[in-house]
Amino acid sequence: MTSNNKKERLLVALAGQQNCGKSTIFNMVTGLKQHIANYPGVTVDKKSGSYREKGCVVEIVDLPGTYSLTSFSLEERVARQFLIEEKPDVVINVLDASNLRRGMYLTFQLLEMGYPVVVALNMMDVADRRGLEYDIKCLEQRLGSPVIPVIGRSGQGAVELKKAVLEAATNKDQMAASLNYGELEEKVTELHSMLSMSTSLKQVVSPRWLAVKLLENDSGAEDIIKDHMENAQEVMAHAKTIREEFETTNAMFAGDHIVSCRDHLAAEVEETCIIDHKKGEVPLSERIDRFLLNRWLAPVFLVLTVWVIYQLSIVQGYELTKITWPFLAAARTFIADLLPAAGFLNDPQIRSMGLWLVDSANTLLNYVPIFLILFSLIAILEDSGYMARIAFILDRILNRFGLHGQSTLPFILAGVFAGGCAVPGVMATKGIPDQRARLATILTVPFMNCLAKVPLYTLLINIYFVETKGLVLFYLSTITVIFALLIAKLLSSHVLKKMETAPFVMELPHYHPPTFNGVVRRAVDRTWLYIKKVGTVVVAVAAVVYILLQYPGLTPQQETLYQQRAQTAISKFYDNMEGNKLAPTVAEYEDLVRLINVYISYKAQKLNAQGKEASQGVDHTFKEAYPDYYPFLKRSKDKDARKAIRALKDLANTRKTLRREMKEERIVNSFLGQIGRSLEPVTQFANFDWKINVALLSSFAARESSVATLGVLFEQSDGENKTLEERMGSEQMAAGYTALTAAAVMIFFALYPPCLATTVMVRVQTQSWGWMVFSIVFPTALGLTVASLMFTIGSIMNLSGIEILSLLYFIVLGLLLIVGFYRKPQRRGFSGSLRQRAESS
Amino acid sequence: MMFGKMFHRFKNRPQHPADSKRHDGLSGSWFSLNDVEHAKEFKIKSIHSHGAIRQRLLDMGLVPGITVTVIRDAPLADPLEVRIGDSFISLRRTEAKQIEVHDDKQQ
Repeated sequence: MTSNNKKERLLVALAGQQNCGKSTIFNMVTGLKQHIANYPGVTVDKKSGSYREKGCVVEIVDLPGTYSLTSFSLEERVARQFLIEEKPDVVINVLDASNLRRGMYLTFQLLEMGYPVVVALNMMDVADRRGLEYDIKCLEQRLGSPVIPVIGRSGQGAVELKKAVLEAATNKDQMAASLNYGELEEKVTELHSMLSMSTSLKQVVSPRWLAVKLLENDSGAEDIIKDHMENAQEVMAHAKTIREEFETTNAMFAGDHIVSCRDHLAAEVEETCIIDHKKGEVPLSERIDRFLLNRWLAPVFLVLTVWVIYQLSIVQGYELTKITWPFLAAARTFIADLLPAAGFLNDPQIRSMGLWLVDSANTLLNYVPIFLILFSLIAILEDSGYMARIAFILDRILNRFGLHGQSTLPFILAGVFAGGCAVPGVMATKGIPDQRARLATILTVPFMNCLAKVPLYTLLINIYFVETKGLVLFYLSTITVIFALLIAKLLSSHVLKKMETAPFVMELPHYHPPTFNGVVRRAVDRTWLYIKKVGTVVVAVAAVVYILLQYPGLTPQQETLYQQRAQTAISKFYDNMEGNKLAPTVAEYEDLVRLINVYISYKAQKLNAQGKEASQGVDHTFKEAYPDYYPFLKRSKDKDARKAIRALKDLANTRKTLRREMKEERIVNSFLGQIGRSLEPVTQFANFDWKINVALLSSFAARESSVATLGVLFEQSDGENKTLEERMGSEQMAAGYTALTAAAVMIFFALYPPCLATTVMVRVQTQSWGWMVFSIVFPTALGLTVASLMFTIGSIMNLSGIEILSLLYFIVLGLLLIVGFYRKPQRRGFSGSLRQRAESS
Repeated sequence: MMFGKMFHRFKNRPQHPADSKRHDGLSGSWFSLNDVEHAKEFKIKSIHSHGAIRQRLLDMGLVPGITVTVIRDAPLADPLEVRIGDSFISLRRTEAKQIEVHDDKQQ
């Protein structure tokens, strides 16, 4: 587009259809120098990168995968706008060598737009295996542009491609192939000359391309004309007349004719330049699909696949977290040592807050191994081509509920049964072309049981449903899917009714083995995105929740009361130490506080140390580091030392009790506690008291915190021997809670709004604050309604927890079946008779 | 009957040029990809959908004049899988109904 022969910077666009291996080519030429941003105002990712070639910096922008350049889909609009506005010096058009005919539709349009095009003929290896032989010279001649055979996955052809790009940028007199539109050719030329009269338009786009687009009835093309021509109406009217004339004489859309001209040329080029050595043979993919997509076997393979994913990522992933967790714990200890030391009753603010943030981050990072495995497996499914088949198998069911075959991936990522995360789930909805189904998916993905919902379920089940554990887990893992389907149906037939939809027309790509690099790269990319997006949001929100839980804090009277009790305990300790030969070590108050901190960290490390050796190692470290305090830590035969240990243990326990009481009182006084109490009038119908409210509120920041908060609220008063289950059990039983409440809490938690990180992702994916708010308000209202109904009906009818759960389960299951089978399926008889007619005629 | 109802739905849309010529009351007397036998080659005559749906079908290679073969139904009878040359496309029956085909051999 530019005339100077030598440029220092080149802008190159990378265009191609979906699944043509465009991103592997992008990785191949740019290496690791990549940058991902969004195209202005839309959610479409804009990947760019650069490389140097003969002193010239080449910047490559990866356009979204498009089949053509119409104004129907967002991706195509974005790609087209980029081409028109940024005017790249060269366009690299990636073509799937094994699917050339359809790929060339885009090539012709790019050439028509007047860009210097370099064709990267990708997947030569696949084509080779399929018995296709290419005459590159012939292709270059027919297309009028350089054609470089490449294999993106192995990097073959990168050097040649870069060279060709530079040549294409400097060599402007390449003769592009032009397409003859047959009966319409004359009219295209006529419109072309009309458009050429506007000089401003000519600088923006190629008039011939625009003329063709006008005849294709493209609304975007009309916009360009309106912007640049005074007699826009006249030109458009003329184009309309041409179209209508053509349509009456040929009984065919002008657009159809144009498309079919492109196809004819493509077929012709394919015919002349490619030799198919395996013509007539059934492709390997088809032979595989005869098994994998067999009517009866397909569901079996599908269930097997999901089961394998679940086993490898969730079950084995959990095993892996047992190995990685000590590292996170070590990091916590390390940071704890850096922060100012704990006081006797009150810790420095920076310490408590710092540790709170570290804990929040650790809970998230703990899932990283699971996500790495999960994302790798999903990348394998995608790259191999099986993911498209899953969509094919399930589309019928999902479509019935307003979703899309391609909703499967988001649901799997979010954890269909148990385990997953809604954040990557919502992220993965990007690929769904149908806007209505996509939004329905985004809004229902959070209902899936993410990894963080599981601890609360486990906690409550272990308290209230010990005997029916399996059944309750089964209910919870399937009821969320049922709810998601029903809600998707509800939303898509009401709130989302007016949204744009798109048909399910999808390529089932040929199977090919995924590469190690490709899979690892995708898995790491997605995991990193999870860490980045979730990490920042969760840490930020954790800080807010911390403040809401800490302030306004204790009243001065309460504070003095606790200080007095602490003083009593300390005096008692010194009384006990009277005459003890170890007494001088802790003569000062500061020494005593330090000793207690050392004692607690010693106890914690001893508890974590596995095996005798590790335990002795801990002893050794402490003996080295604190020789003075060591007699207080390690049991010995010395009488004084034993007495000292006993005194210290009493003091530490009293301190613990005091700190717990203070913490609880602080939460009671806190802003969040006040909010929780003020919500009691609403939540009383579901029998949620303020403690549960606080736990549920704090779980909005990150679900993991629900159990942690409950842990604090139901902390034990004496000894350390009771688990949270037992504590909650006894306290709640005393307060009149039953399994009925637990059932209501679990169902509420299952339907409860997505965590904050997910809602942020909803905002990103929908580009709308409205939907983000909806994604919070709607599930809350729904969850509360269902929970309240459960509790109220359950109390009136005197049902137990498991009874009400079963009742609810069968009601929603019934609803699901009614909605699913409401309309009669296909009119088999009619099409059958048509088929017969077709055969007899 | 079935097609009469179908066209009723499209009343307000731009009429397909091929339909306007049929005033013989048999406007529906064409076969769609939804009606044809599996494993048999047919030629696409026309696409009766509009806008984005039509474009999507064209993009995927379902262009007038091309030869298609219906290969199989999904386990639950919908969508279909068709073969065009060396590529395999799946589409729902609703869309398949809009694709007019004719028997390749008869022409």
